[in-house]
Amino acid sequence: MIEIENVRKSFGTLEVLKGIDLTVQKGEVVTVIGGSGSGKSTLLTCINGLEPIDAGRIKVDGTEVHAKSTDLNKLRSKIGIVFQQWNAFPHLTVLENVMLAPRKVLGQSKQAAEEMAVKQLTHVGLGEKLQVYPNRMSGGQQQRMAIARALAMSPEYMLFDEVTSALDPQLVGEVLDTLRMLASEGMTMICVTHEMKFAREVSDRVAFFHKGVMAEIAPPEALFGAPKDPELQKFLAATH
Amino acid sequence: MFNTALTWSDLAFLAQGAAMTLAVTAVSVTAGTLLGILFGVIRVQAGPYWSLPLTFVLDVFRSVPLLIQLVLANAFQSIAKLGWGPFTTSCVVLSLYTAAYCTEIVRGGISSVPPTTRRAARSLGMTWWQDMRYIVAPLATRVSLPSWIGLTLGVMKDSALVLWLGLIELLRASQILVTRLQEPLFILLICGAIYFLISFPIARLGGYLEKRWSPND
Repeated sequence: MIEIENVRKSFGTLEVLKGIDLTVQKGEVVTVIGGSGSGKSTLLTCINGLEPIDAGRIKVDGTEVHAKSTDLNKLRSKIGIVFQQWNAFPHLTVLENVMLAPRKVLGQSKQAAEEMAVKQLTHVGLGEKLQVYPNRMSGGQQQRMAIARALAMSPEYMLFDEVTSALDPQLVGEVLDTLRMLASEGMTMICVTHEMKFAREVSDRVAFFHKGVMAEIAPPEALFGAPKDPELQKFLAATH
Repeated sequence: MFNTALTWSDLAFLAQGAAMTLAVTAVSVTAGTLLGILFGVIRVQAGPYWSLPLTFVLDVFRSVPLLIQLVLANAFQSIAKLGWGPFTTSCVVLSLYTAAYCTEIVRGGISSVPPTTRRAARSLGMTWWQDMRYIVAPLATRVSLPSWIGLTLGVMKDSALVLWLGLIELLRASQILVTRLQEPLFILLICGAIYFLISFPIARLGGYLEKRWSPND
């Protein structure tokens, strides 16, 4: 369970998160929508401790993320995150990209790490690309590799930060299909996205962020069907 | 027909000089590179403000002509009664000189690794050290290699200046032969050819490594 309590975060004088409360249960899929600069991506990087927070707290399975005593590297191995830019390690093959963290962070044997990597890469449809270097693949393939790389750590939570925003339109579908598959397998996920159709399909709940505030959160039927917040109504009108 | 008074033992004398050049270069480039990596990492980690003293000292080593550094260092070790021979003094000066340049090369290499790539590594649970070791080091090495090869070749040739401390390296050995045999053009031609023979494999090694790594980029 991820518990976010009254989290505040500023970059300089700009307050990007103005007291966010959100609890995500095991197995739940929550998507976060909202305009640029609404703070939704920042929230994700705070959840796995890549960004410090100014106030409030975030707990993952009861462990406070920003407490000094928390071993962040250990915590991060159970929270996978995939970014807008897929950030492949260009000097390693696809297989090595996926095997690196399980070997070095979890201390798995080469054989175990390779088995897991092949399984995850096959799962996201890259079983044929094991020995290829990332820069020889399309953006969609690299993004799916990044997903497999995160999954190989056997995370209990997955955070997706606008994973299709930097992709050519014809490549968006294959990545969203991968996310749909994960959702259907019961992975706990928080997805920041601009894909409204996707959000409507996979989410248990959809949260709308506006200027650092979570303006509305509801199951997709309610949020898209009968939006209450006036900013959300404007946002949906503009994106449809 | 071409005549020369140069004998095989003179050639062996040149070869000994070349061995000295190689020894000074090998020690200096190895020590200078290790120091350069250390200083480069410190500069990146500490940020421009906190590494200001280090940057200043390294700038001194980059700005003052090497010959002056050698003469001053030799005088200093003598005054301080360190008891360093010319070989040690030469290696210390050349190492610091190499380190000063290498620091900038390393800093540039580390800075060339996109922060987002490093963030991805850390987000997988890798420690700072694992990120440096498995992601930053290989990527930065690829970027830095051409400059580093250039630095190594430069130091190899600049090492000729240690003759001022009395070391008989390749250039000094040639000078001695020139004085004795009075065949300056021929001997300097051979001397230049030996420098080339030493440099060429290093340059080719650089080219080979670049080529080997390029299909991944």
